[in-house]
Amino acid sequence: MADLMKQATRDAYGQELVELGAQYDNLVVLDADLAAATKTGLFKKAYPERFFNVGIAEGNMMSIAAGLAATGKVVFASSFAMFAAGRAFEQVRNAIGYPHLNVKIGATHAGISVGEDGATHQCCEDIGLMRTIPGMVILNPADGVEAKKAVRAAVEWNGPVYLRFGRLAVPVITKEEEPFEIGKGRELVAGTDVTIVATGLLVNEAVLAAEALKAQGISARVINMATIKPIDRDILVKAARETGAIVTAEEHNVIGGLGSAVAEVISETVPVPVVRVGVNDTFGQSGPALELLKLYGLCADNLVVKAKEALALKKN
Amino acid sequence: MDAITKKELQRIATKIRMAIIEGTYHAGSGHPGGSLSIADDLAYLYWKEMHIDPAAPKMPTRDRFVLSKGHAAPALYGALALRGYFPESWIPTLRKVGSALQGHPDMKNIPGVDMSSGSLGQGVSCAVGMALSAKLDKADWRVYTILGDGEIQEGQVWEAAMFAAAKKLDNLVVIVDNNNLQIDGTVEQVNSPYPIPEKFAAFGFHVIEIDGNDLEEIETAFAEARTVNGKPVAIVQKTIKGKGVSFMEDQCGWHGSAPKKEQYDAAMAELKARLEEEEG
Repeated sequence: MADLMKQATRDAYGQELVELGAQYDNLVVLDADLAAATKTGLFKKAYPERFFNVGIAEGNMMSIAAGLAATGKVVFASSFAMFAAGRAFEQVRNAIGYPHLNVKIGATHAGISVGEDGATHQCCEDIGLMRTIPGMVILNPADGVEAKKAVRAAVEWNGPVYLRFGRLAVPVITKEEEPFEIGKGRELVAGTDVTIVATGLLVNEAVLAAEALKAQGISARVINMATIKPIDRDILVKAARETGAIVTAEEHNVIGGLGSAVAEVISETVPVPVVRVGVNDTFGQSGPALELLKLYGLCADNLVVKAKEALALKKN
Repeated sequence: MDAITKKELQRIATKIRMAIIEGTYHAGSGHPGGSLSIADDLAYLYWKEMHIDPAAPKMPTRDRFVLSKGHAAPALYGALALRGYFPESWIPTLRKVGSALQGHPDMKNIPGVDMSSGSLGQGVSCAVGMALSAKLDKADWRVYTILGDGEIQEGQVWEAAMFAAAKKLDNLVVIVDNNNLQIDGTVEQVNSPYPIPEKFAAFGFHVIEIDGNDLEEIETAFAEARTVNGKPVAIVQKTIKGKGVSFMEDQCGWHGSAPKKEQYDAAMAELKARLEEEEG
């Protein structure tokens, strides 16, 4: 773990926007006065004429993005997840989702790993909100390498995409050469006793948990679910059939996010125990990100405990 | 567009009003009052002002129109049908299951609708995005949007106005339909947006005040708007809600209710008589 390079997915986002800006001259980026933090500032520096700071007005930004997209632009609209998905939900739903416009929402600072800014800025509801919008794609990459691929895939996708990025630098665990396809989960660790389905920064924790479980004689499969919508039903059904128990892991409320999406599929196909690890329907608080992640159980240690719970349910 | 006479435009406005009554009567619901108040604007925009081609509704260089007060959809649908974007036989299907004519404008399924709208306060931001897009492309097409006077109680309108002026979007014309009525009463009784012209001026707009049910004043205003450089334009127009159907005029009860059979007959008789007068 100490050997792994670390990068925040928001940094990868900003870098990839610059790459894509060279390739697509109709790519326009909007931000609501957070460009230094969301990393769209990198695009601003490279393509100042195609970058607009709309000021602190996220709802207005989303509707402006819709107007730009309705006239042929590929638009990235960026803010913190709390304001992109939360404050501007209705604009995203009605001006972008309903007309199915080509707007990509680059939402950074998702989850409690925002850290010291505290609960007002720690968005653990965005996946749930975005999942209820018909036709919305939701991507939550595990690391910087995957984040770049997700940004590129979003541009190549025709329609609205919600991209979820983190503030915290996280280990790079995926590889450049691995393919990235919207709607496809990816098995990172083979296993037969239980499956951990993880997304975002919990993917690395899931891999570490699988190693710990292996040492205890438990074979845990790990699936990286970078696309939360449309969810990869096939990989979930296969995992349920072959391992008989599932743990979900996400930096999001256990209500409405990946855990809900997985439970919805499993309960209607191959009903097996599904144990959800996430923020347990509570608000966060200020503190260093790594401490908060441990405190709220968003770590490998807790995944080991929950994997055993899932196994016990399976035996009953 | 070849020169069209004021008389012809008046007849078109009357026909749009008939389509509003036709649509809302068959739907059994809808918003006739605020639709009738903007019929003259739409006649002028779609028959004289805007660079459009009904045979090529997606033409990239066309002027755009966003009905920010999307509940006035019956007026827009009337204008689009009469202009040839889709058959007039669609009008009685308004708000019915399976019809393209949704209760509020739907750009996906209705030829000629440039932006879906209906959630108040948003259409103007979408229009701002379009105007920005034209500026980015150094294109000369223009963007028009109509807001309700109640709608400007939405804070997003002023976010959009601030940005439009900051970016000097002189290709944007915002029409504020000041018919003075919203669902619960006069706009003053509910939450006064007055004075409207001064507010838009303070936000950096070039403001023009007119009677929005007078085609000559409408013509003068749009001509003036084309001469403005470096600023977006706001046309603040006094209108009569329910204009053209005497028993609906200036009645807030006609904001969101459809005419019943007798009312439909009376309204159509009045509008037909006006049309005959205008044609005679």
